[in-house]
Amino acid sequence: MTKKRKPFPIHIFVFLAPAFLVYTVFMIYPLIDSLRLSLFSTGTAGSELFVGLANYKTLLTSNNWAPRLWNAIKNNFIFFAVHMLVQNPIGLLLAALLSSKIVRGSSVYRTLIFTPTVLSIVLIGFIWRLILSPIWGISEDFLSFLGLGVLNQPWLGLESTALFTLSLVSVWQYVGIPMLLFSAALIGLPDELIEAAQVDGATAWSVFWRIKFPLILPTVGIVAVLTFVGNFNAFDLIYTTQGALAGPNFATDILGTFFFRTFFGFQLQAGNPTMGATIAGVMFVIILSGVLLYFFGWQRRLQRIEL
Amino acid sequence: MRLKHFLLLSVFLLTSLVMAQQATLTIESWRNDDLRIWRDVIIPVFNEQYPDIEVIFSPTAPAEYNAVLASKLEAGTAGDLITCRPFDQSLNLFNEGRLVSLNDLPGLENFSDVAKSAWITDDGSDVFCVPMASVIHGFIYNKDAFTELGLSEPETYEEFLALLETIKQSGEYAPLVMGTQDQWEAATMGYQNIGPNYWAGESGRLGLIEGSTGYDEGGFLEAFRALAQWQPYLINGYQAVAYPDAQNLFTLGQGTIYPSGSWEISGFNELATFEMGAFPPPPPAGQDTCYISDHTDIAMGLNTASPNQEAALTFLEWMTSAEFAELYSNALPGFFSLSNQEITLQDPLAQEFLSWRSECESTIRSSYQILSRGEPNNENDLWNAAAQVLNGTLTPEEAAAQVQKGLESWYEPQQNR
Repeated sequence: MTKKRKPFPIHIFVFLAPAFLVYTVFMIYPLIDSLRLSLFSTGTAGSELFVGLANYKTLLTSNNWAPRLWNAIKNNFIFFAVHMLVQNPIGLLLAALLSSKIVRGSSVYRTLIFTPTVLSIVLIGFIWRLILSPIWGISEDFLSFLGLGVLNQPWLGLESTALFTLSLVSVWQYVGIPMLLFSAALIGLPDELIEAAQVDGATAWSVFWRIKFPLILPTVGIVAVLTFVGNFNAFDLIYTTQGALAGPNFATDILGTFFFRTFFGFQLQAGNPTMGATIAGVMFVIILSGVLLYFFGWQRRLQRIEL
Repeated sequence: MRLKHFLLLSVFLLTSLVMAQQATLTIESWRNDDLRIWRDVIIPVFNEQYPDIEVIFSPTAPAEYNAVLASKLEAGTAGDLITCRPFDQSLNLFNEGRLVSLNDLPGLENFSDVAKSAWITDDGSDVFCVPMASVIHGFIYNKDAFTELGLSEPETYEEFLALLETIKQSGEYAPLVMGTQDQWEAATMGYQNIGPNYWAGESGRLGLIEGSTGYDEGGFLEAFRALAQWQPYLINGYQAVAYPDAQNLFTLGQGTIYPSGSWEISGFNELATFEMGAFPPPPPAGQDTCYISDHTDIAMGLNTASPNQEAALTFLEWMTSAEFAELYSNALPGFFSLSNQEITLQDPLAQEFLSWRSECESTIRSSYQILSRGEPNNENDLWNAAAQVLNGTLTPEEAAAQVQKGLESWYEPQQNR
């Protein structure tokens, strides 16, 4: 009896095709074309000249470009660090509180905390500019109420405070996302494990750190990598509050605003698509290395635990 | 090139003769605030004389205009008449063959060389847009506050600083209403406003272009020093005060003096409940000549691909007339026609600004012509430096050196200074 050959599984291609086409047309092709553009320079009368890696060399070594690039990268890492040190721990804390059974109305809180995430970033920027405004803002009154009126600053106007202020505004907006991911993971944990620990006499503190937290480690990794990708693609909040020049004195300039200013130009400065594409190439390399680090350094070491 | 234009023109002329007399002209513009004025005031007057030409004013949002216009021109869907940004933006359009040379347009002789300087090729051989309007820098003040405190307009820069000190001592009003958050106010309404008095207007500006002077010496450095003296008189928390904040604060009557430009007039007239006056940037004591920034801002050009060349040229010629100059300047107080012809303005504040043209020498902003072509961009550098001088993070000398270094890094005439 001969084994009947299975027919070619055409349906696999049918099911893959929509995603494959959409990704190719809207993600992969633009990405590759942008990387291609970064290898060209604009000659006279708009013609494109192949220059190899010369744009990258200019970006990394020229006195006009390199300080701006490193400044943007440095600011971007500060922006990311604030999110990792403030947003994600707070998200975890909120998730732990809201998933505990003693908190009442947790779904109301969850909705409220998540609301800023779905608001338009222009609105967020505008609201916070008003709150922090030295003229109409409530930040001075609020601090005076706490007896700290002297501490009030033009938060968005000083080189020393502008970047941290904007990072915290962004944390305020996006804290709902780690909170949701962490709570989903915490809710999914089986009760038996926790009950068993409690029977053994573990306190709530050690139950959290020794049972729950190790079990949600994969989510911690996903949250970290989402934060990383999100932060290194960030642009809109800075642009709406500080403009494309990311003042004062480029103190809030991150890769997104640096790219925008270069690619599209600004005021009298003409756009430079090829240098812009070069900056986009650097952003791609940074994000790619971060994501690879996550895949090989973190995700592959995680043990699968059969619950 | 000329011959080609001529041939194109004659073809268009012939076709338009063959076709019906009625032509429709579409105007591309970034002045969406002016839509009603064009539709209800300017175009009806034009149609009284030329009933056969229908004109449609079709503006885009200011921030998107350059990009939208570029893609429309690329696609061949741009309007017949194109509102011209000053300098390189329009020069590039002309060099790409998008704008028609207007050298032979009758009426162009009504405009001075400074007026045409923003829409002319570097060698001065082709004018490609009809100059429409300029904006003048100066200081707008709250007359009620001046009367209350018994103050009068300053004649010299020293008097100006003393005036600011008096207002500060009185404690009732903020002396200078301006912030540095958006950076451009510091450069445009600060440095470029008071600067021409120090660098002697056009001679200093042209000196920069020729490379005979620099930002780190003479008048250009002095202007940074003069600007730095504003710091104690700016409103509380000015580092985080944005442009609209300052506008609102002044029109709410909480400040005294608003370093500004004439473009604010119509907006302020609507909002302010007090009487306003204006004075030009006061020259330093002992200097007889005063200089003002009378910045060429807006013009109109003709799309090479327009099928209605004849009608469009008729419209452009009408735009050179005294009638248009007066109509436009009165409809949009604060935007002053660049025409040499005598016009009278109804708005007293606008008339005050305009009167400085006869008392002082006019110039334009130092960074606009040629100097902002390279990287780093001179205009953006000035924003950064001027804002930092007012924020106290750079001394005037450091700021001047920083701007000069940026310019020298790519602009040859400055390297050989």
